[in-house]
Amino acid sequence: MQTPNELLYAASHEWILFADDGSAKVGLTDFAQHALGDIVFVNLPEVGTRVAVGESVGDVESVKAVSDIYSPLAGVIVAVNEALMDAPESLNGDPYGAWLFEVGEIEGKAELLSAVAYDAFCEEAK
Amino acid sequence: MEQSIKYTPLYEKHVALGGRMVPFAGYMLPIQYAGVIEEHMAVRRAAGIFDVSHMGELFLEGPDAGVNLQYLLTNDFSAMRDGRVRYSPLCNEGGGIVDDLLVYKLSDTKFMLVVNAANREKDFAFMQGHLFGDAILRDASEDFAQIAVQGPLSRGILEAVADALPEKYYTFIDGVRIAGAQCLVSRTGYTGELGYEIYCPAASAAAIWDALFAAGAGMIPCGLGARDTLRLEAGMPLYGHEMDDSISPLETGLDFAVKLGKADFIGKAAMIARGEPKIVRVGLRITGRGIARENCPVLAEGRQIGRVSSGTHLPYLGAAYAMAMLEREYAALGTVLAVDVRGRMLDCEVVELPFYKAGK
Repeated sequence: MQTPNELLYAASHEWILFADDGSAKVGLTDFAQHALGDIVFVNLPEVGTRVAVGESVGDVESVKAVSDIYSPLAGVIVAVNEALMDAPESLNGDPYGAWLFEVGEIEGKAELLSAVAYDAFCEEAK
Repeated sequence: MEQSIKYTPLYEKHVALGGRMVPFAGYMLPIQYAGVIEEHMAVRRAAGIFDVSHMGELFLEGPDAGVNLQYLLTNDFSAMRDGRVRYSPLCNEGGGIVDDLLVYKLSDTKFMLVVNAANREKDFAFMQGHLFGDAILRDASEDFAQIAVQGPLSRGILEAVADALPEKYYTFIDGVRIAGAQCLVSRTGYTGELGYEIYCPAASAAAIWDALFAAGAGMIPCGLGARDTLRLEAGMPLYGHEMDDSISPLETGLDFAVKLGKADFIGKAAMIARGEPKIVRVGLRITGRGIARENCPVLAEGRQIGRVSSGTHLPYLGAAYAMAMLEREYAALGTVLAVDVRGRMLDCEVVELPFYKAGK
């Protein structure tokens, strides 16, 4: 399992990449995609939606089950990765490239973990 | 209910192969190895191997075994020949389904019944309670392991390791030698594909598994996840989803295995009294964006007219499908309906079952 050092992580298994302008991209971790199995459908939030920390903003469907996507940030959805609609499997194949949505006007965040801390957290969850 | 978890004789094989182990019907079994889609496609295009040792094997023996079967089960076994396999529901007095099972006829006085793991104890108690005359029911599940090899390459793989093979669908040969062990091999399966099921002594399961792998270029191990998507794509009902103690076999489309013309059997009077089924099992193709899953309400003109009994993304067809139990008036092919998926309404259409049929 890989956990890039340059990202931050939420206990709900999202990664967060902050940009210089203060916005952030959010995706699913390798641990999450592995646990979900083959992902076949993604339901993304609408651009312009205001979200709270821990709020369910969409879902991913694997062959086995549906799982909520939670926002680890409070703010406004400023972009979603439309390419995932046609290629949801990239969430399995490239979990740290396939971002889900981007949050701007950030006004709050969940407790975020470093790569090392997130790895330890996942190890305990096993 | 406290229940200790059990392990099949192939547990170590699954762990060594990277299987993700989960408890299922009291056994630790692999939900998947490489991934559901890859495993599903292997069975459609090449071959897959499944540990189905959790299935129950009951033996009904004695001079009155045959007449007991005729009374216990809905299908007709009167003209059945040795070496044949027959599917049947087992119904309760109300016409609901206790279980669905396969009957293997070894002789006029010996039948093997293969039952769902989760229903094994219930089935045994139910049948035991209805036995009459000179017949004995015995649960031999712990003695057997069961391995399924399914897919277009399965015949070649079996030919390489077995000294005999059943030719026709729903036939079997008892006493087939594989890896030095005596096995019963049937041409049966739960995938809609050419395939075989091997019943072997539990102690020989690992050697047989290894022999099949050695012969099985192109064959990969498959878990419960692919088993479920394959059976759904092939339009096969599953107990607990399209069948339960209240659903009658006529409602869930198993008319072919209910012989109302034969002498009395358990549930017959209730089925006749219920009359034409008011709900029926249908296939749905989800035309909206999303996946309908079990228990999602199905609606017509804003009113709930049934529920999804099984549903997911079907890998070979590459789209979301579902089976649903609907009011009969809405079951015609081409009927456009809606499924409520966690508050989102998805369009769907009634389509023919099975969704997939193997080319012969």
